[in-house]
Amino acid sequence: MQISKIAGVLALAVVLIAGCGQGSETENQTETDGDTKKEQELTDFEMLNGVGPVDEEITIEEVDEELAKEGMKIFDMKCGACHKMDNRYVGPPLGSVMNTRTPAFVMNMILNPDGMLQKHPIAQSLQAEYITPMPDQQLSREDARAVVEYLVQESQQ
Amino acid sequence: MMIKLIKKSWLWSLAAIVLLGFISMGCSSNGEFGSSADAAEKVYVAPGEYDEFYGFFSGGYNGQLGVYGLPSGRHIFTIPVFSQAAVSGWGYSEETKPMFQTTDGFVPWGDAHHPELSQTNGETDGRWVFINENNTPRIARIGLDDFKTQEIIEIPNSAGNHASSFVTPNTEYVSAATRFSVPMDEEELQNMDVSIDSYKENFHGTLSFIKVSDEGAMSVDFQIRMPGFNYDLSHAGKGPSDGWSFFTSYNSEQAHTLLEINASKNDKDYIAAVNWRKAAEYAAEGRGKMIPGEHYRNYIDHEEGGVAKSELIEEVRVLDPRELEGLVYFLPTPKSPHGVDVDPSGRYIAAGGKLSTVIPVHSFAKIQQAIEDEDFEGEEMGIPVLNYNSILHGEVQNPGLGPLHTEFDGKGNAYTTAFISSEIVKWDLETLEVEDRIDVYYSPGHLMIPGGDSQKPDGKYLVALNKITKDRYLPTGPEMFHSAQLIDISGDKMELLLDFPTEGEPHYAQGIAAEKVMDNQKRFYEIADNAHPYVTQGEKEARVERDGNTVHVYMTTIRSHYAPDNIEGIKVGDEVYFHVTNLEQDWDVPHGFAVKGANNAELLIMPGETLTLKWEPKKAGVVPFYCTDFCSALHQEMSGYVRVSPADSDVEISYGTGQ
Repeated sequence: MQISKIAGVLALAVVLIAGCGQGSETENQTETDGDTKKEQELTDFEMLNGVGPVDEEITIEEVDEELAKEGMKIFDMKCGACHKMDNRYVGPPLGSVMNTRTPAFVMNMILNPDGMLQKHPIAQSLQAEYITPMPDQQLSREDARAVVEYLVQESQQ
Repeated sequence: MMIKLIKKSWLWSLAAIVLLGFISMGCSSNGEFGSSADAAEKVYVAPGEYDEFYGFFSGGYNGQLGVYGLPSGRHIFTIPVFSQAAVSGWGYSEETKPMFQTTDGFVPWGDAHHPELSQTNGETDGRWVFINENNTPRIARIGLDDFKTQEIIEIPNSAGNHASSFVTPNTEYVSAATRFSVPMDEEELQNMDVSIDSYKENFHGTLSFIKVSDEGAMSVDFQIRMPGFNYDLSHAGKGPSDGWSFFTSYNSEQAHTLLEINASKNDKDYIAAVNWRKAAEYAAEGRGKMIPGEHYRNYIDHEEGGVAKSELIEEVRVLDPRELEGLVYFLPTPKSPHGVDVDPSGRYIAAGGKLSTVIPVHSFAKIQQAIEDEDFEGEEMGIPVLNYNSILHGEVQNPGLGPLHTEFDGKGNAYTTAFISSEIVKWDLETLEVEDRIDVYYSPGHLMIPGGDSQKPDGKYLVALNKITKDRYLPTGPEMFHSAQLIDISGDKMELLLDFPTEGEPHYAQGIAAEKVMDNQKRFYEIADNAHPYVTQGEKEARVERDGNTVHVYMTTIRSHYAPDNIEGIKVGDEVYFHVTNLEQDWDVPHGFAVKGANNAELLIMPGETLTLKWEPKKAGVVPFYCTDFCSALHQEMSGYVRVSPADSDVEISYGTGQ
């Protein structure tokens, strides 16, 4: 009686574990397929400038002080809870982000975080490193542009 | 157990068990016409798809408003209205406490009865839903942009606000009335310390018309002084009868004890037909008089910071039918009528004479004629009583026992609940012939067809709001949810489709096509526009400030941390205000805030919103606080500590996050 009970539990456990294993394997498979496919879909422009509403290159030669000031206000209100300039916080430090990313990339990360996390390998690796996903803070395109101006200013210091 | 039972029992008890079993089987099979595949298909809303209609069901004695999807019957939300709701801090947070202010002080509970959607041109427009409070007379306005109670106005000179909150076709007015007459002095309608048995001499009623501005703001425009009957339900006229409102009354006997018997003696009571347009003209001309009538108007506006404000209004205008001609007429109506319902054409007024064996249907055209001809059979307190036979369109014969409420399908049919015989009776508005009847389980009060009391009903479904549940669901002890039933009324024969439980006691309900509401939904509050006096617009501004024994914590939330999350320097005896601003700007990312030992509730803070919890620590030590709403993969990490020191300690205020 006792043995058959234990055997029963074991058998059930095996079935359950097997079931789980199979499930997650299938999931991984699908994800990998999806990723490969998506990565293949990204153009060189998108690799450099991100995926989202900003589909043209943006160049900033000289910092517009007024715009940067506006950007700082928005940053402090909507971004500063997770990003500091010098130190890693909830998200990556942004003090020199504009030395490594294009303005369009940063704007797309702000304006389309869900899409970037789904499609862009850089966003995905950041997510893997920082765990907390970048939320959509509903900035307008103008807001995001101002924030980038502020970040350029910070990167030049 | 069965064996024991058989051993102990006599043969007749066995037989009784068999018989009981047979009966109960019979019952359930009777009630389950709706279990056919056909019915299941009609109410099936596939995963991820939306219901066709929003249903707003009063919560009755839970004081709230339930939101259901139809035809699925899924309970999709509860809007806190008249009762404190610990689930979100409604009535516990500093911002929402003023919504509960009345001239009787803070009233934490209410009895919600009749939701009514705002209308434009006699059609539901999806802007607001109003609902009345019966116990401490109030009316609430709920915004259908954010599904939150935005305003609550108290009704002065009233008791038992039952005939409420019914709207006129362009939401010019919302109605209110006294279900319980109370003593009112001759000059100023003030309640009096008099013997209850002086009822006939001293007790009066009032009908109130609450004006609604284009923005929704409510104000008591005028009250009409009425004889001391019990005013029960109401509906506004429409089409040809637009400009009029109808209120049922019972207890024209003016009994003050054992109403069950003493208020059921007269063959007929009255429907009060009120010419509100004329009354509004009188009021605009400054007729009648202003009397003391203290009442509160409480409102909350997110554009003004989301902090509720209470205004005390001191006076109210009262119109007296003894002095102002053409204000009110009484329509004799058998017998202790409950519901009064105006058909979509506005020509017919049906009354649910709950003790009557017929449904009387008055004709608005005949009422107008009788008024013109002064075809009166008497008067009550200066109010002409019209001649019953002169105003009657006809009587529906054999409508079931205990007719209460009627709704319409816009195709010439009326549907009436029969409480005692537990059925819905369908009848033809012109011929007054009963066309169909269907059993419901059990004892329906109100019924609802989406738009069914407007000029444009969506005559597809009917919901019976049943008062008795008994065996319809798995039993839950002595107390159970009320039972609603969805009935298909698209064909000639009514067909029962679905049972679904409803929270509290839904009295009335309203339904509206989903697309009239769903596209206007607010998904978050813009943080840049947050005008709260204690907002923290970014983590840099997070801080703790002491002012004597009062401590203000300016706190922010975002996935998944608080700032500050370590606070020291709080002392026993302090009044601590946690002003928590949710910096999120994404849909469906509220954060919660709960602190150990708080004597009120949690906060549930919507994206972009600021809410405040007052906390008075009583013991020294370190106390954790945390987020109650699973917000992200790191939700469990979203927590913090407050150090509480003894009252005489010299620990300074300090705070931080991540240091």
